[in-house]
Amino acid sequence: MRRLGLRIDFSQLIVWIIGLLLLALVVIGTISTLQTGKYSAQQWRDFVVFGIAQGSIYALIALGYTMVYGVLGLINFAHGEVFMSGAFTGFFLANALAENGMIDSNPILSLIAVILLSAAVSTGVALALERIAYRRLRRAPRLVALITAIGASFFLQYTFRGLYGSGVKVYPTVEILQGSVFGIQKTMIVVFIGAISMLILLYLFIQNTKMGKAIRAVSEDVETAALMGVDVNRTISATFAVGGVMAGVAGVLYAIIFKQVNFFMGFIPGIKAFTAAVLGGIGNIPGAAMGGLVLGIFESVGPSLFLEGLGIPAAYQLKDVIAFLMLVLILIFRPTGILGERLATKRV
Amino acid sequence: MTSGLRSAFNFGLLGGVVAWHACLVGMVESFSERRLIGETVELSYVWLVGIVLLIGYLKARNVQAPGIAVFHSIVSGATIGAALTLLALLTSVFNLRDIFPFASPRLVELLTLERGIADALGLLFPILGGAVLGAAAGGLALAPPIWRRTITVALLVTVLIGLLRDIFAAIVPRDVVSLIFTSRGLLPMGALVVFVVSGALTWLIGTFGLPGISTDASSASRSVATPWKYAYLGFGVLFLLTFPLWGKLFLSNVANFIGLYIIMALGLSLVIGFAGMLDLGFVAFFAIGAYTMAILTSPKIGTFTLTFWQALPFSMLFAFLSGVVLGLPVLRMRGDYLAIATLGFGEIIRILALSNFLKPYMGGAQGITSVARPEIAGFVISKPEPFYYIVLIGCVVAWFVAARLKHSRLGRAWMAIREDEDVAQAMGINRVETKLLAFAIGAILGGMSGAFFAGLVGSVVPKSFELLVSINVLAVIIVGGMGSLPGVLVGALVLVGLPELLREFAEYRMLVYGAVLVVMMLFRPEGLWPEAVRKRELHKDETSAPQRVTTSVTASTTPSVKD
Repeated sequence: MRRLGLRIDFSQLIVWIIGLLLLALVVIGTISTLQTGKYSAQQWRDFVVFGIAQGSIYALIALGYTMVYGVLGLINFAHGEVFMSGAFTGFFLANALAENGMIDSNPILSLIAVILLSAAVSTGVALALERIAYRRLRRAPRLVALITAIGASFFLQYTFRGLYGSGVKVYPTVEILQGSVFGIQKTMIVVFIGAISMLILLYLFIQNTKMGKAIRAVSEDVETAALMGVDVNRTISATFAVGGVMAGVAGVLYAIIFKQVNFFMGFIPGIKAFTAAVLGGIGNIPGAAMGGLVLGIFESVGPSLFLEGLGIPAAYQLKDVIAFLMLVLILIFRPTGILGERLATKRV
Repeated sequence: MTSGLRSAFNFGLLGGVVAWHACLVGMVESFSERRLIGETVELSYVWLVGIVLLIGYLKARNVQAPGIAVFHSIVSGATIGAALTLLALLTSVFNLRDIFPFASPRLVELLTLERGIADALGLLFPILGGAVLGAAAGGLALAPPIWRRTITVALLVTVLIGLLRDIFAAIVPRDVVSLIFTSRGLLPMGALVVFVVSGALTWLIGTFGLPGISTDASSASRSVATPWKYAYLGFGVLFLLTFPLWGKLFLSNVANFIGLYIIMALGLSLVIGFAGMLDLGFVAFFAIGAYTMAILTSPKIGTFTLTFWQALPFSMLFAFLSGVVLGLPVLRMRGDYLAIATLGFGEIIRILALSNFLKPYMGGAQGITSVARPEIAGFVISKPEPFYYIVLIGCVVAWFVAARLKHSRLGRAWMAIREDEDVAQAMGINRVETKLLAFAIGAILGGMSGAFFAGLVGSVVPKSFELLVSINVLAVIIVGGMGSLPGVLVGALVLVGLPELLREFAEYRMLVYGAVLVVMMLFRPEGLWPEAVRKRELHKDETSAPQRVTTSVTASTTPSVKD
């Protein structure tokens, strides 16, 4: 080979072969599923709708990862717990409102109250996390900061388990959210609209306010931003706060779809949201939103579309495998994500 | 002066937050039935007392002038007490139980010394107690180092022995037990004896040193006189060899788990400590080792029925191969991406093992039972006591491999890559091959540990292979000191041994692990038993500040994953 002037990296070759094999499997699975015609168009639409709703929650969480990564270059491993803390605390308000009948007589107001509380708690947790765990480690090696984040993640999980108990708490059902419009469940519509409006708000905040500009400046170049008079500490805190608000809202939206919360609920969505952030290109805010939607749809459609065609029983059990596999594949083949990274210095 | 007082108050507030946390997550109330000394000293109090002592101590170390230091410690201690009084008031005035299950009447009773909030003395009790303890901690901080160490060690040993009462009761003759223990903890007299004896021993060792070991403070170059060296070594070997004989079933079980973790941690130490790659999916190799053992030996699956010893090489081989296969794609990634990708792999393996899809081969959620036990000369080893020796041999082998690799050409290549990948490559080190070897050799050790685990427990279920295992192993390495082999032993003893012994803490194990990881990274990133080299590096710039408790971290010296 070398004589031919071809320099093939052996390990790279193997990786590509594995990748192509997986792609072939996906194609074969898809074709054979579609040939059997097991699912009707209506069912496929339901899968996609559920995927979009779920994906928009991932998108909201992913924003926290992507913004913090942009500013600090740190994977805030504990962000999943920021999400959990809001949803878990919001349960108590939702429950209280359900008991005194507020939720039925005044559903929109109560929903807003729960969202506000959840967002406030998540923001508080995110700010505390930044202040206590990460601030001292800004100049430390990445491994040290990442291990701190992992430790903080477990500390938060088990703190909430200790505080509120380890059981699963069931959110009250809201009467007016039952049923469906045009064949689409109302909850899905609410979640999607909620997520989209948060995304638009965030976009306006980042583009049009002074603090938004400061956040962009710090993600571009910390030192120069500081020289230009940006208060870096405040800006980083603001970034965490914005991520916290998004995660808090995501927590309530999650509870609207899945109805139940527990102390461990943040872990898997956290990793998936990170996947979404990487998928869209980390540091890239529109990318995170898009990555979330893509991941959500893949995860919802994938088991039925790719796996059942391959003759795998109970394919829904493997939906997390699809998400994790996507994570690994993106990291291998396109670590800069679909829309590309928005980082000042390339960190490959 | 006022700013000093404010700082004392802030320390107190910090302690107050920690104490509230401890109360509300239930660490106080759950242990209220646990007697430590006599009928009065309960574990729940020891926990709060520990917080106050620590905060008071840190505060006093923070102040220069002696008289003021004690005063400040008192202020800090009283602040913590006031926080607890406030908690007691809040808990009894409002009904917080619906939200915080542990904000219960029992907590109020504990905090007010069973007097309730109606009694002024009950309300004042935490504040007074906090002040007194703060004074004690301040005094301790000012005492000469030898006394400080003596008292600290003696206190810790007394608490530990009180906690481990049941274990001593199991291995020591009953007459001796009844001399110092009650049925639930230490006798007051016994506590005094333990305190005095352990204190005296610490004082003697601190003053005169252990025979044969020079008391040269620079512990890195500790020279041991030869006859004594053999004596210590002999004692150590004797201790390890006779362990199951006097340790009985319970301690042997604990020792086996410590051993399995040591093997895993040594493997992961190659990957994280030497080569600087943060692998969060190490449990995958443990799982692959265990499942290979189970599939190859269990008649329940039935395709193969090898013996334990025949299957062991296959377990390690498959772990090695999967290390290569998983390693190849991820090794090009930057450090933090590698962590997440390996985590993803670990979860994929677990979900696959759990799925119905692979149930015919891997048993699904029920796992695989009746895994073959090791057999030596017709004698089947199924009890933990004899199994201990197999685990011990495994540990020795793993230790030997890791220690020999560390200073080999390969080991130095790993460390070069850890410090600077580009420079290492420029020096002619094959980046991919070197990293892959770290990954794969680490995987072999993980697989070996998994195979032993399967043989020891006799069954494998997916639940044993959760991410928590990876985090436990990671914590063992971090606490011991990254890249330090003796550190692995210390870490495993502290993080695996203690929680197994103190079963009451099982509930709070992960909470403590998380806190330990954060605190270690913030204040002592080099670990409890760091490598001599790294310790020197990390402390290079603090030449004349031995008084400081905190350690500054500089970006260039801790092992880092390069961008």
